[in-house]
Amino acid sequence: MSTPDPMEEIRASFFVECEELLEATQDGLQQLEDGCADGETINVVFRAVHSIKGGAGAFGLKTLVRFAHTYETTLESVRNGSLEADPGLINLFFRATDHLSDLVRAARDNDETALPMGDMIILELENRLGGDDAEEEPEEDIDFQPLGLSLDLDLGDDVEAVKSVPGFNVVFSPEADMFESGNDAYPILGALAALGDAQVRCDTSRLPELSDLVPETPYLTWHVDLVADVDEAEILSLFEFVEGLCQLSIARMDTSADESATSMDVDANFPTRDAAEAFDLPIELPPRADAVVPSADRTKDAAKEETKSPGSELKNTPLERGPSGNQPAAKSVVRVDLDRIERLVNLVGELVINQAMLAQSLQSAGLSPHSDAMNGLEEFQRLTRDIQDSVMMIRAQPVKSLFQRMSRIVREASAAIGKDVRLVTEGENTEVDKTVIERLADPLTHMIRNAVDHGLESTEDRVAEGKSPGGTVRLTAAHRSGRVVIDVSDDGGGINRPRVQQIAVEKGLIPKDAVLSDTEIDNLLFLPGFSTASSVSDLSGRGVGMDVVRTSIQSLGGRISITSVPGQGTVFSISLPLTLAVLDGMVVEVAGETRVLPLNMVAETMSLSDDSLKTIQPGVDVVRVRSGFVPLFDLGHLLGYREKKDSYVGSVGLLISHEDGSLGALIVDDIQDQRQVVIKGLDDSFYRAPGIAAATIMGDGQIALILDPSDIISKANEINPPAPQKLEA
Amino acid sequence: MSLEVLAVDDSRTMRDMIRFALEPAGFTVHTADDGVHGTEVLSGIEPDVIITDINMPRMDGFGFIDAVRDCDAYRSTPILVLTTEAAPELKQRARKAGATGWIVKPFDPVKLVKALQMVAG
Repeated sequence: MSTPDPMEEIRASFFVECEELLEATQDGLQQLEDGCADGETINVVFRAVHSIKGGAGAFGLKTLVRFAHTYETTLESVRNGSLEADPGLINLFFRATDHLSDLVRAARDNDETALPMGDMIILELENRLGGDDAEEEPEEDIDFQPLGLSLDLDLGDDVEAVKSVPGFNVVFSPEADMFESGNDAYPILGALAALGDAQVRCDTSRLPELSDLVPETPYLTWHVDLVADVDEAEILSLFEFVEGLCQLSIARMDTSADESATSMDVDANFPTRDAAEAFDLPIELPPRADAVVPSADRTKDAAKEETKSPGSELKNTPLERGPSGNQPAAKSVVRVDLDRIERLVNLVGELVINQAMLAQSLQSAGLSPHSDAMNGLEEFQRLTRDIQDSVMMIRAQPVKSLFQRMSRIVREASAAIGKDVRLVTEGENTEVDKTVIERLADPLTHMIRNAVDHGLESTEDRVAEGKSPGGTVRLTAAHRSGRVVIDVSDDGGGINRPRVQQIAVEKGLIPKDAVLSDTEIDNLLFLPGFSTASSVSDLSGRGVGMDVVRTSIQSLGGRISITSVPGQGTVFSISLPLTLAVLDGMVVEVAGETRVLPLNMVAETMSLSDDSLKTIQPGVDVVRVRSGFVPLFDLGHLLGYREKKDSYVGSVGLLISHEDGSLGALIVDDIQDQRQVVIKGLDDSFYRAPGIAAATIMGDGQIALILDPSDIISKANEINPPAPQKLEA
Repeated sequence: MSLEVLAVDDSRTMRDMIRFALEPAGFTVHTADDGVHGTEVLSGIEPDVIITDINMPRMDGFGFIDAVRDCDAYRSTPILVLTTEAAPELKQRARKAGATGWIVKPFDPVKLVKALQMVAG
């Protein structure tokens, strides 16, 4: 391998492929577990593991090859029916797949750290195989000495060598079968001649009269006198493919004549094991079978429908496809460097800004909204949006891979604490920005662990309450009004609210006499330093609390909320923007400043009038919204731009709906526009101000901060005594 | 002398490896993802030699060789089988199916080139 570069590329693409194969393996095992597998499922799993092994071998990843080999061997036993895929075995396969993916990742990152689980799983797999089958080592195939083809024939390096150059007498007569296998004498003789100095003589004595000649019957025998500095094994290797399909004898005719000629037949054993191994020849062959070919039975059995290859010359051949329902239609894909996509995303971002600036300058030039230029601009805006959506689609990926990782977490977590837990996933094909998926892994892992550890009761408690002994954790994803909502729910006992409140009091997080609503108690879980586990278990006691989960969700522009019903379970709901790059924003003016609010947070806008406003106590104002009152928050005041106004009559109220369903109204001076803005993150050099999510560049080139209304209101609630969320009128 | 090769393998890595091994040696390489795809690709080209994997979805290597051999134009086209196992019975099975020879994965590029030249001249 002379140039390392393409190899590196192939290696990288191998690991990408591995991820896909592992996913396919997971899918297949899941189908087996759910009992919705068909005959092809085990084949898919087998092939995936087989391909990983094949690729790993090419890169000399011995640990990976060794493990994959044992795994594959066990799968093969299931495939050929000698081993039954009972739940225990499927569980073992799941763990083997987990380990396999660990090995793949370790190999990818050149991580030499030993993964001790492997030997145990190999042992378990071998136990299932029951004995000798597992002994077979794949090692022999891994090392390849490059062929010692010394092609320096014409160089005649040294005169003394000439003396000892051995000679061979090769007699080669093909049999009919040889041609049927697609072999031909000519290239073999050519290769033989290339080894050294060859005299080739063709024996045509068996050749019949032309009228009797059958074109496909071989009549010729070749005698080759070869003088070459090679050994028999090397000559034999040239005949490897025609072994058993011809009469062959190789005799040594040493020129220096100190050795008597040895004759050998290919059908016989090879003289030395070494030689045979070096060329990877079988030591022994079973008796040669007839050339008539039975087709691959397995394929035929598995195939349910026959399709003819369109436009193929192979008209007589029934082409078989697997059951169509099992394999999703193969999509053709292009692999693109993520950097290039990033660049595209950034450029499109600039395009959006530029388009906004153009719109603004046309407007200020006093053009009529019905002029051609303005109409054209509208079209331009539509196209820009389409381009933007399309670019975002490139980055979007189904959450499936993430969910698969979570199923592993559930397996490991439930095994660690001895609970019987089933993970049910829904909406695996929901697409989310790739970056979001990557950054969701940690928080989601923690939430899943929490659900298994704290959310679900112990088996005894469940039985005592008349529930099924096995708990269920559901993980669902769905698109909901421009956002992605991911729910982690359990069918456990629900949040023990008195206990939560008691702990919060004990830890000094809330005053002793605080009167809290259920939602407020639930939200205590998100306070830093809060942990309900009375004993720190192996599982969740990792020093990471729900506050960290919330922070990481928020940093993705998302929100998290809790719903809990005693005795029935708890739902953690994460709501995320589809992409991190753009935002549908409402541009507002507060105390002369321009600010942007995420449009999807604004449930309603209202113009505040005297009769809808009410002060329920000094400093606490509410506004009537249909049948209820909603607390008012003065944005200008909360951001520190001004003192609270005496009267909000004439101001604009934005009704903000929280994830938990509660409402609040933010007061702004004016609404300027509704438009898409490109999110520019505030990096770490900026102070992380509460309520400020990011920034954007407006059409006029001005920078505007993007606000997080939820955060602003919850901060305001911390300063004020907990305001009534909603009062009945 | 540029030989035209059709390589059929469901593993992208393996296809890449074959391409990487053969193109520098002057081969023209066509690839296909499985047996069915292989027969489709085959209808548009006339390869001097075919390389095929055994374990593949939709149509495996044995089925593919059958399909190729059933077609008059390819009755004597050399077909090399890629196998991970050096097991004699697999080789025997490949030969029974009409394969010309076999290459054990992971293959050595030099050896692959040599084997191709051996069968395709």
